[in-house]
Amino acid sequence: MSVPAAAADARAVVARRTLWKRVARSRYLYIMLLPAILYYGIFHYYPMYGALIAFKQFSITKGIMGSPWAGFKNFEYLFGLDKFWHVFWNTIVISVYRLVFGFPFPLIMAILMNEARKLLFKKTVQTIVYLPHFISWVIMGGLLINLLSADGGVVNGAIRSLGGEPVGFLTDDRYFRGTLVWSMIWKEFGWNTIIYMAALAGVNPQLYEAALMDGASRWRRIWHITLPSIRATIVILLILRIGSLMEAGFEQIFVLYHPGVYNVADIIDTYVYRIGLTDGRFSLAAAVGLFKSAINFVLLVIANRLSRMMGENGIY
Amino acid sequence: MAHSGFGSKLFDVLNYLFLALTALVTLYPFWDSLIVSITPMKEGISAGLHLFPKTVTFEAYQYLLQLEQLWSSYKISVLVTVIGTAISMFATILAAYALSKKELPGSRVIMFTIVFTMMFGGGIIPNFLVVKQLGMLNTVWAMMIPAAIQTYNLILMRSFFLSIPESLEESAKIDGCHDFGILLKIVIPLSMPAIATIALFYAVSRWNEFFMAVMYVTDKQLWPLQLFLRSMLMENEAAFQSGGDSPFLLGQSIKMATIMVSAIPVMIIYPFFQRYFVQGVTLGAIKE
Repeated sequence: MSVPAAAADARAVVARRTLWKRVARSRYLYIMLLPAILYYGIFHYYPMYGALIAFKQFSITKGIMGSPWAGFKNFEYLFGLDKFWHVFWNTIVISVYRLVFGFPFPLIMAILMNEARKLLFKKTVQTIVYLPHFISWVIMGGLLINLLSADGGVVNGAIRSLGGEPVGFLTDDRYFRGTLVWSMIWKEFGWNTIIYMAALAGVNPQLYEAALMDGASRWRRIWHITLPSIRATIVILLILRIGSLMEAGFEQIFVLYHPGVYNVADIIDTYVYRIGLTDGRFSLAAAVGLFKSAINFVLLVIANRLSRMMGENGIY
Repeated sequence: MAHSGFGSKLFDVLNYLFLALTALVTLYPFWDSLIVSITPMKEGISAGLHLFPKTVTFEAYQYLLQLEQLWSSYKISVLVTVIGTAISMFATILAAYALSKKELPGSRVIMFTIVFTMMFGGGIIPNFLVVKQLGMLNTVWAMMIPAAIQTYNLILMRSFFLSIPESLEESAKIDGCHDFGILLKIVIPLSMPAIATIALFYAVSRWNEFFMAVMYVTDKQLWPLQLFLRSMLMENEAAFQSGGDSPFLLGQSIKMATIMVSAIPVMIIYPFFQRYFVQGVTLGAIKE
């Protein structure tokens, strides 16, 4: 045995011993972690194991292990269903709309709020636009029905006074997706500015002053100072959005949709809910859910890779 | 700012106008519902803007407040919010503190294991089966425990703890305090803004809890406010879809009163926390 190897061995022993010492010294910290470990084990990792029922002919009485294997039969059946591709498509369309229309909004809003120098005004606007984030979709749904209804709603009142026909924003399948996207923007755009505002709060004011001295116009200041300082934040949020492209907003749709608009509004999650919990086809529903999770995961990895290729930090 | 040209001033004016308008548009639906909720039921709701009520009446609220289901749902929601937030804070603070200690062996692995759950999950059905196996279906626990820790909040809390200078804890350590003592006597008192923020986040999501209630609670006795509210809205929605003529015949003001009753607690409480959560999120944003 060579001398360096023996030394390395000895070092490893010492390292192991100090590791044990460190573990023992940290025993209280491990105790603190216990509730979290239990929680993540039971409510996150055990369900990942439970997702195995997607490959089984699951029956509640037999349990996850006891149920017979079905291989890819559930998936084969699923991929043969027109209905499945239909909800898959709905999910993507709604999600892409939300991304395209919903993503720029908070960004623009944050830049404009950053330009407003009157502190009290800015605070008041912030308080108001954050508010809908804290209100549940059930309540927001009620507000929407009130606002958009055909006879007493403000919006249709305005349309009618301009000589138009009332529009069934919540009942007509031509308008339903638009209503989904815009109501989502209304609820979340304000809150989504907060992370940009936080990043902008960290910008050195001297940068703006120096630019002003050099005679830089307002647009140039926004372009050269404001935007670059939130670029990393924009990229991270974009990655996260792309990584959740399969989430088209279960709670919102669940509250607002009805059979009359299923053809445009039924998404993967609502479909899983119905075939799983209403019809009791657990294995099939789990297969859909697993398919969704897998796609989300792949998208996240791709988006992250892309952002790194473009020289930005990824999220991991 | 000191010297600014005409274009810049014009921009300012337009900007203030735009922001004010955006805020008004955001707020208006709430105001509209408030007005409708205090409009006499018989009067009917006129189309157009409802800026001020013509006649004020609290009959919708009177009707609502004598419904037993409202009170029982209110009780359940308060219970779920208070106990649920306490459980969440307990688990989140402890875990976040432990994970903020980088010298803790295995902390990186544990952190990764936790963050991974943000990217991948078993799905709705396996989650349902877990709750069922635990015998939690149709209990109040089903509305608190399955989402007891929200990973985002845990990360935020940990970021805050990481920002507390190590030296502050050292002296306590020398005095022979163990980790629980340090957390309780030094770290928590220093972290009140972050704790308030995260407690607000948890409280709001428990108060607004809908998904878990729909999935796990069928017993009407255990309905939280959101399910009660939904049932009130649905009654009208049924009429709304069939014919769609007049949902208001069924008492639009009662519906809007229900909405106000469940939204008002949040609307009152949240502005007091705003100062804290801007601070809280700022910290999270910088640290990540």
